[in-house]
Amino acid sequence: MSTLLSVRNLTMRFGGLTAIDDLSLEVPAGRITGIIGPNGAGKTTLFNCLTGFYKPTVGTLRLAHPQHGEMRLEKLPSHRVARDAQVVRTFQNIRLFPKMTVLENLIVAQHNVLQRASRFSIAGLFSLPGYRQAERAAVARAATWLERLQLTRFADHAAGDLPYGTQRRIEIARALCVDPVLLCLDEPAAGLNPRESAELNELLLYLCREQGVAILLIEHDMSVVMNVSDHICVINYGRKIAEGAPDAVKNDPHVIKAYLGEDEEEGVMEEYTEERAS
Amino acid sequence: MAYALQQLINGLTLGAMYGLIAIGYTMVYGIIGMINFAHGDIFMVSAFIAITAFTLLAAADVTSIPLALTFVLIVAIFFTSAYGWAVERTAYRPLRGSTRLAPLISAIGMSIFLQNAVQLTQGARVKPIPPVIEGGVVLWDAPGFTVQIGWSQLLIIVTTVVLMIAFTWMITQTPFGRQQRACEQDRTMASLLGVNVDRTISFTFMLGAALAAVAGVMVTVYYGVVDFFIGFLAGIKAFTAAVLGGIGSLPGAMLGGLLIGLIEAFWAAYLWAEYKDVATFGILCLVLMLRPSGLLGRPEVEKV
Repeated sequence: MSTLLSVRNLTMRFGGLTAIDDLSLEVPAGRITGIIGPNGAGKTTLFNCLTGFYKPTVGTLRLAHPQHGEMRLEKLPSHRVARDAQVVRTFQNIRLFPKMTVLENLIVAQHNVLQRASRFSIAGLFSLPGYRQAERAAVARAATWLERLQLTRFADHAAGDLPYGTQRRIEIARALCVDPVLLCLDEPAAGLNPRESAELNELLLYLCREQGVAILLIEHDMSVVMNVSDHICVINYGRKIAEGAPDAVKNDPHVIKAYLGEDEEEGVMEEYTEERAS
Repeated sequence: MAYALQQLINGLTLGAMYGLIAIGYTMVYGIIGMINFAHGDIFMVSAFIAITAFTLLAAADVTSIPLALTFVLIVAIFFTSAYGWAVERTAYRPLRGSTRLAPLISAIGMSIFLQNAVQLTQGARVKPIPPVIEGGVVLWDAPGFTVQIGWSQLLIIVTTVVLMIAFTWMITQTPFGRQQRACEQDRTMASLLGVNVDRTISFTFMLGAALAAVAGVMVTVYYGVVDFFIGFLAGIKAFTAAVLGGIGSLPGAMLGGLLIGLIEAFWAAYLWAEYKDVATFGILCLVLMLRPSGLLGRPEVEKV
């Protein structure tokens, strides 16, 4: 099990506030790594650092890209993180292009391939064969993911008009069209009903096991994190307080303390998980 | 009746030019949410480039009008796009991410700079060129009044229609258009999907400038005179057109341009020619008061 992403001594300060404090963690290739922690623990800030949205105050983010070798994510502008490093994320509050159709949303994610094929729009303008072929391939790839996520019938709908759960799936489908080596999902189960989150579980496992995509998962819904993660990292106040296999993490006293406070009985996490699953 | 028909033709011609400039305003507003007040002056610069190109051609003894027009258009589009790119790069990009007001003020500064630069280098006087395209077709020889459409008017209307179609196609069908619309709807997300946002914004400015360049050449051909101040009035009117159509909406800019052109022509013909600018600015006030989202713009719904 090789390491895909290695975060070393990451610190992110905003003025006086330290959102991430000397955090180090490893994300293995082809596995699902869960990141949990109370609100404000710095989980989303970590994603923002990974995708070039924030420049870390201190620290390195090394990605062992299967084709391009080692890449330093903290040095890349955000469009190159997606284009060259193939690291892509989704958002807690969904960010689709609301006025575009679902299919167009998925095509935008592949625009680098198309842009290259269109020779800066020139070949696109005259729709030369090379470009038409690239466009067909892009549509085919989009269609594959739409099919897999049961979205085909929405392909020509404006993305903004669709129900919440559907938009979530579209966002994941769009991220997949970038052909990611690392997929960062920020609370993908938020707002989903139990049936939808069960489907999400299945999808995440499929992506990881069948497609070999490494997934970094921020999630509050324990029925998702505990069931799909191979490895969990718990963050509080920007520091890693525990990590390990789901079962080990669930019973870690530090984790229980972070979630429930000092005086609570042990095993409450367990009850909570069972309650959610039933 | 004949008189009204003639005004319709004049208004369409005027409206076509306003529409071309208005697209530049609306596209830039769509993608970075600022009013590029230097856009009118970019248009003015293009008119000067056109005059220079015409003068050079005259010096080189080129007499073929289609050849001359094509050459002037290409030269004007090329240099004006370069201006559009440079303005964005120097005056707006460094301010991206600062307050909303900062690039606006920078735009006004850029507008004043361009006006003065042209005034200094080209002189403050009106520059005339001999008429490039003369004559026209008589459409209707009514008693007491002859309706005619000039070749130059026909050229302007046809070119504008062709450009608008090409442009709409480009925005809706090509990878660049898709990228442009993606940046317009969510810049951060577009960049997280690998879209080079800075380059897309640069290209948007260049495209707006290219359309303004076409309008600049048209004005030179149609009126035969330019001075360093034409950008101000044309710019504000095109801006009014963009607001009337709904700022941020491309079909809106085209429609708004057309309406402003028609209103101005009819107002000048039937009411007071000397107060024709009042009509335009009156409309700007009315639209801002009664329907700030414009004719085709969708009102911004604030989610609570």
